[in-house]
Amino acid sequence: MTPLLSIDDLTVQLSVEGDLRTVLHGVSLEISAGEAVGLVGESGSGKSMTARAVSRILPSGAVTFGSISFDGRDVSALRGGALRQYRGEVAMIFQDPRAHTNPVRTIGDFMTEALRTNRGVPGVEARRRAAALLEEVGITEGDRRLRQHPHELSSGMLQRVMIATALLTEPRLLLADEPTTALDVTTQAEVMAILDDLRRERGLALLFITHDLELAGAVCDRTAVMYAGQIVEVQAAGTLHDRPRHPYTAALVAARPRIDAMATRLAAIPGRPLSAFEAPAGCAFATRCLHVQDRCREARPALRPLGDGVVRCIRAEELVGV
Amino acid sequence: MSEAVLVVTDLRKEYGTLVAVDDVSFRVESGRSLAIVGESGSGKTTVARMIIGLERATAGTIRALGRDRSTPARAGGERRRRGAEVQIVFQDPYSSLDPRQTIADAISEVLRLHGGQQTVGELCELVGLDERQSRALPRNLSGGQRQRVAIARALAAEPRVLILDESVAALDVSIQAQVLNLLADIRAETGVSYVLISHDLAVVRQLTDDCVVMQHGRIVERGPTGQVLDHPAEAYTQLLRASVPGPGWKPVRRVRV
Amino acid sequence: MSVPGLRGTGLLGHVCAAVIVLALIVGAVGAWIAPHDPDFVDLDLAYVGPFADHLIGFDGRGRDLLSRLLAGARTSLLGPVAVVAVAVTVGTLLAVAAAWFGGMFDTIVSAALDVLFAFPGILIAIVVAAVFGPSLRSAVLALAVAYTPYIARVLRGSALRERAQLYIAALEVQGLAAVAICVRHLIPNILGLIVAQGAVLFGYAMVDLAAISFLGLGVQTPQADWGVMVSEGRNGVLQGYPLESLAAGLCIVVVVVAVNLLGERLTDRAQRGAR
Repeated sequence: MTPLLSIDDLTVQLSVEGDLRTVLHGVSLEISAGEAVGLVGESGSGKSMTARAVSRILPSGAVTFGSISFDGRDVSALRGGALRQYRGEVAMIFQDPRAHTNPVRTIGDFMTEALRTNRGVPGVEARRRAAALLEEVGITEGDRRLRQHPHELSSGMLQRVMIATALLTEPRLLLADEPTTALDVTTQAEVMAILDDLRRERGLALLFITHDLELAGAVCDRTAVMYAGQIVEVQAAGTLHDRPRHPYTAALVAARPRIDAMATRLAAIPGRPLSAFEAPAGCAFATRCLHVQDRCREARPALRPLGDGVVRCIRAEELVGV
Repeated sequence: MSEAVLVVTDLRKEYGTLVAVDDVSFRVESGRSLAIVGESGSGKTTVARMIIGLERATAGTIRALGRDRSTPARAGGERRRRGAEVQIVFQDPYSSLDPRQTIADAISEVLRLHGGQQTVGELCELVGLDERQSRALPRNLSGGQRQRVAIARALAAEPRVLILDESVAALDVSIQAQVLNLLADIRAETGVSYVLISHDLAVVRQLTDDCVVMQHGRIVERGPTGQVLDHPAEAYTQLLRASVPGPGWKPVRRVRV
Repeated sequence: MSVPGLRGTGLLGHVCAAVIVLALIVGAVGAWIAPHDPDFVDLDLAYVGPFADHLIGFDGRGRDLLSRLLAGARTSLLGPVAVVAVAVTVGTLLAVAAAWFGGMFDTIVSAALDVLFAFPGILIAIVVAAVFGPSLRSAVLALAVAYTPYIARVLRGSALRERAQLYIAALEVQGLAAVAICVRHLIPNILGLIVAQGAVLFGYAMVDLAAISFLGLGVQTPQADWGVMVSEGRNGVLQGYPLESLAAGLCIVVVVVAVNLLGERLTDRAQRGAR
């Protein structure tokens, strides 16, 4: 079966004050139809940049190598009508819904804009569909909500509106960039539940970007862990937390305080997260890894199969269970 | 029972007709740490701002080291004394440092203000900043390093109570662990008491002895942190606890709005 | 290659700065490097064109024009400098005080400034000239009063943003006095915008002062001053000898354009630097 989305050896460089800086380095990832994949990493890891590359909203001046294909189409070659159609098939929701709405326009205008302008759906019909989707994300009185403005809605409610809006064009892939990070925990649980339900009902594929390994584990089929612009590990979401194969994943799990017990001392990772352009020549994690050896610094390890997943560490087998 | 370093009694704050904080009371014993747990709009940050004097309480009293601080300080000496009793580290490490001031200057300004015995070097060492970093401007430091500076600057006043207003919430997981360990070390070394304002129950567990849970401006549950988190008695605390992702956790749809 | 204070203003910024520095040097030493006595009258030479070392000829009373331009630079530049110094100082104090205290104080100050803002500088100048008599000092006073609300309003926004930064709150909690926080932290952090706005105002002040002198309400003849020279040159223009008005006008335009361009670039830079 061919995957729905296939990212192959994607490298992205951004122009910063005249210099080209690598932010993604050889990222390869596939998502099948209906599959939920988590993309987990710290700041600078490149997780958001990956989603932006997929949705073709990279900053201007970005240089891209490698390929992204969606349903057999080369995403970088899409222009005009084909690009508009692609954007209907791949929807995106963001961390800060308020920043992505226009405060002077109503929820109804915002939700139906893409349908009316790109698909030529009549206004009345578009509003009917919008109201029906609001109902599905748990917002009642849809007609009244459509007449409201963003400031009249709480952040959690607005994020539900964003989810409903993303679903209006009946996409096949949803890119969700930290959609619940700015929300309270109880609201987060609610929004995640809605997202999870709707995704399953519609057979929608999901790329879920988060810094929270456990949240990704709860709603995704597979989880990819990123560090310094590279994917360092991918495996089944359910087992990643208890059986990490890359030292970075293991260190992330160990560093997080636990809700059910107080650690005498947290296993902090020394140093700070690096961006791709700062990473050393060998293994990108070598500067912070507890298990580093001289050979780790010699060459950049390849992403290779291990068990049911892939890992980018030459010592992965030896370190299992360490 | 040991000496109380901070006693808050019947604290109330109104903004017009909105009651942001309602009938909040708690005490922090010397060397112990208290978490104020809640979500946005719970009033937890307003409580912190009243304790440090950035907001004035509508009613109720706040006493630190036995001295009242419910009303604004008039004289400079009184302001400095209060500064040496209770300090705060804010959530945002980016706006909490003067962008034009080097790290060493920021710390020594506070040391001069309070006439402290410590040196800039000692404080930097305490929070794990090296000589080169102390000469840097904030924009050349990472978020985690800036938060260490904010901690050092607060400690320069030699406070007995340090309020941590979501101080590790904006940090990456690997950095958050470093700062949490640092806070534990500082507490062991100086005996300072923490008041942690947080929505993150795992961080609360790691750093505090006792906690109060706030909802809609009121305290709904209180007790030793371990007990409250393991056996939450109130429905709201149970909901909070159940909303935290963990092994085997699945998000469940609750109510319709 | 870049002068530290001008970083990010581009080549044009540097050229403008060079023009301004040159103008200031002329303002400082112009009276001494003038080839002739700027006040020496020889009616036989009235409206005579350039010859020998009289590079741009003579005015209607036979005074050497180049010497009058060089000598007049001082009052022409001193006036705007004084206006900017007073307006920027008072405007900054009002803006910072309004941002710091907020609430009722801010409301009252803002309302008062809005009312004052409604009066044009020239109108205030006429009133001040009527009360204190026409002089450079009256004109400067009038323009300072007219410009203060403008600068205070622009700076109040930045001061409010800076006031809301957490480092200010942290220093308050430490017990540092409000004046110390403002002088050591808040004002230095909006200084870029203060300087930039001062430069923009300097250009306006120069034009307005020239206009006031032109109307006879500012600098008085026979004092050499570019604004006065434009005014005195009127008769020459009508008789076909436009050199006096043109030369003085050109001096004003060159300095104003240089200052305004630099001011705009400094403002852009200050706003780019703001988070």
